[in-house]
Amino acid sequence: MELTTVWFILIAVLFIGYFVLEGFDFGVGMLLKVIGKSEADRRAIITTLGPVWDGNEVWLLVGGGALFAAFPEWYATLFSGFYLPLFLILVALIVRGVAFEYRSKRSSLKWRANWDNAITIASFVPALLWGVAFANLVRGVPVEPNEVAGAGFLYTGGFFNLLNPYALLGGLVTLTLFLTHGAVFLALKTAGDIQPRAQKIAIPLGLIAAVLAVVFLLWTQLAYSDKAWTWALVVVAALAWVGGIAANYLKRDGWAFLLSAVTLAVAVAFLFSVLYPNLMPSTVNEAYSLTIENGSSTEYTLRIMTIVAVIFTPIVLAYQGWTYWVFRKRVSPADIPNPHEGSLDYPDEAQAAAAHAAANK
Amino acid sequence: MLRVSWSANIWGMDGSNLFASAALDLARWQFGITTVYHFFFVPVTIGLSFLVAGMQTAWVRTGKDKYLQATKFFGKLFLINFAMGVVTGIVQEFQFGMNWSDYSRFVGDVFGAPLAIEGLLAFFLESTFLGLWIFGWDRLPKKLHLATIWLAATGTLLSAYFILAANSFMQHPVGYEYNPVTNRAEMNNFGEILFQNTTTSAFMHVITTCFLVAGAFVGGISAWLLFRGRSVEMARSTLKLGMITTLVAFVLVGITGDHQAKIMVQQQPMKMAAAEALYETSAPAPFSIFTVGTLDGSEPIFEIKIPDALSFLATGTLDGEVQGINNLQEELANQFPEEEYGITNFAPNIPITYWTFRLMIGMGGLAFLFAAYALWATRKGRVPSSKWFVRAAILMPLLPLLGAAFGWIFTEMGRQPWVVYGLMPTAAGVSPGVSTGYVLTTVVVFTLLYAVLAIIEVGLIIRAVKIGPPEVVPKDPYDTDAPDRQLSVTY
Repeated sequence: MELTTVWFILIAVLFIGYFVLEGFDFGVGMLLKVIGKSEADRRAIITTLGPVWDGNEVWLLVGGGALFAAFPEWYATLFSGFYLPLFLILVALIVRGVAFEYRSKRSSLKWRANWDNAITIASFVPALLWGVAFANLVRGVPVEPNEVAGAGFLYTGGFFNLLNPYALLGGLVTLTLFLTHGAVFLALKTAGDIQPRAQKIAIPLGLIAAVLAVVFLLWTQLAYSDKAWTWALVVVAALAWVGGIAANYLKRDGWAFLLSAVTLAVAVAFLFSVLYPNLMPSTVNEAYSLTIENGSSTEYTLRIMTIVAVIFTPIVLAYQGWTYWVFRKRVSPADIPNPHEGSLDYPDEAQAAAAHAAANK
Repeated sequence: MLRVSWSANIWGMDGSNLFASAALDLARWQFGITTVYHFFFVPVTIGLSFLVAGMQTAWVRTGKDKYLQATKFFGKLFLINFAMGVVTGIVQEFQFGMNWSDYSRFVGDVFGAPLAIEGLLAFFLESTFLGLWIFGWDRLPKKLHLATIWLAATGTLLSAYFILAANSFMQHPVGYEYNPVTNRAEMNNFGEILFQNTTTSAFMHVITTCFLVAGAFVGGISAWLLFRGRSVEMARSTLKLGMITTLVAFVLVGITGDHQAKIMVQQQPMKMAAAEALYETSAPAPFSIFTVGTLDGSEPIFEIKIPDALSFLATGTLDGEVQGINNLQEELANQFPEEEYGITNFAPNIPITYWTFRLMIGMGGLAFLFAAYALWATRKGRVPSSKWFVRAAILMPLLPLLGAAFGWIFTEMGRQPWVVYGLMPTAAGVSPGVSTGYVLTTVVVFTLLYAVLAIIEVGLIIRAVKIGPPEVVPKDPYDTDAPDRQLSVTY
């Protein structure tokens, strides 16, 4: 197999990893206030993400780095072209990461409420925008030769070109898929009051996502795929999703999460398969399309990157997998007898918080 | 090697496109702001991860409470800082493509690989094992838990190496060939990029700086605790640790910096001349410590110079020749003709390079002096009572941090007008498809967001320090009889 194809697949794998893992992070973030009614609930919910969210986000950093290294033309054209959506995603990821780390650092109710809102919004924005961005890639965008550099390509579509109905539907699909994925993750990872709430909300969310996703996948296959075999992926994704909803209904949390993850993985694989061998199909002129041939690095660079990836990817998968094993235990609000523990409170604030907690009991 | 030719209408170069030139300036401001800001958190993370790992090792080996207390206390400060380093780091990787897309496409074949490898080898290691460390106190056996912080610390070190290899390519491009068909630099020797002396010397200088920063951080905070009579037993140990780290690290920063300067004289003589505001080639050349007046080559009003010192620093001999800006300008103008590169002025901004170079050294030097004084003032159980002592202690963590920022401003601005030295002018690297309005939006939002986050972050650090380490250390966190629950460092 050509190394350019190998790297196209590897980048697909990195984004599959990213969406499967940070997908539930986003879902949990958006559901924080919906499922978490009390302070202990919310701390328990955030604790399910605590040991893993940063590692999950690294999948994006490695995906971006691999894009840069293997297809520099794609990285340059895509990142400068999708400027505003990526900027909004960056701002959201900054706020969200800080919010996880800082929200429980003070017991002030206002402090925590502000960070909870930040987590909700900053999870919503990327969950929506990633779908918009990927749908636009598959649909094709205005790409023209880069006159300034005298070689390569340039996105010339502006911002509003990205807001077409197909791409917006794509955004709603990732949004609802991630919401559901987050709910089934919580159903698997929590105990006590929050677990049945997560199980319950996953059903309507999953049904809405199913309708939107089926329309989107069919639209993609019919309008943008030139390959018959990608039908298979549509079917697998749809079946896995139905199975996941059924498993959730039967309270088989492990199966529900696994099938939801399979759906996301297959759906992302489907989008990359439809795209192949293009990287950014041009709507201006097919000859201007960025492909794995005209967008890639040299054979030498790809070979080095392949060696590094072959050695280190299994190691990373092993220790990340081990982390999930170490923290496999469900988290219950009952594990958090004092929701203000760990706060950086001055003595008077700690007293006020304790009094408030006592009054609420 | 074939020579690159930059079209004459590179953005802003011919003065006809003022808006494009504004986009270039804004993109540079954004890079400067986000990178300097990011680098306030990076050296603390790198240095402190090792110091905290050391504290925990001391606790595991001796079982003494004060070491556990130190691990928990500085571990908490470390994590408050680490969060900011992570989130501001994402911007770094994205903005090459967003604001510098022509740079990215030109160097991507070379520059992308160390970035991708940094992610795969370093970021995963760092983030995963730090997650295990934070949440693993009651989940992992004692020694395995200790191993997680060492692995996370190793991750930070690897990360520094790969990103410095990438930066060193910008300072001194090697291991590539220019391909005129694709109009880009293409890698042909990865080993040379990874192991050239520019990379190894920068790595040594940066890592020793990280220990200087972390030493001053631990030392300054411990001195404050001691002064206030808080957790005295712990504060004494960590004061020693911090101050000795500061002393040793400063000496090593000096040695590695000297080594790096000698390489810089060979590879970027203009940067060295600019650092000194040395206009005429001199042998021997003096080292200017301080100048009042203009730095434009006319006579200074007042200055302090050490005879022969620059010659010694630059060449290792007392009468070695050091090239001046004027000669270098002439030389470089011949080497890189204007019609090919679009550059007329090869000198960077002299006042900035001159002063950042001095401030870099001066800040580190002040931390060194205070560290030496603090050790002397606290010898044999003494507790200093001067309010000047505590003021200096509070300032101490900031000194090497600012020194490091000045160092980066020096080395990056000293490379101008190049983004890749001798290969690509900075003006040629900016994204041609991104409007001034877009860059203005992002630079304003990032700056405001970063300012707000800085206030919150510093506020939390101050709180954590003021509250101080818990006086009574909680029972052994590995006590298996304890109820199975998350510990206080969790979210």
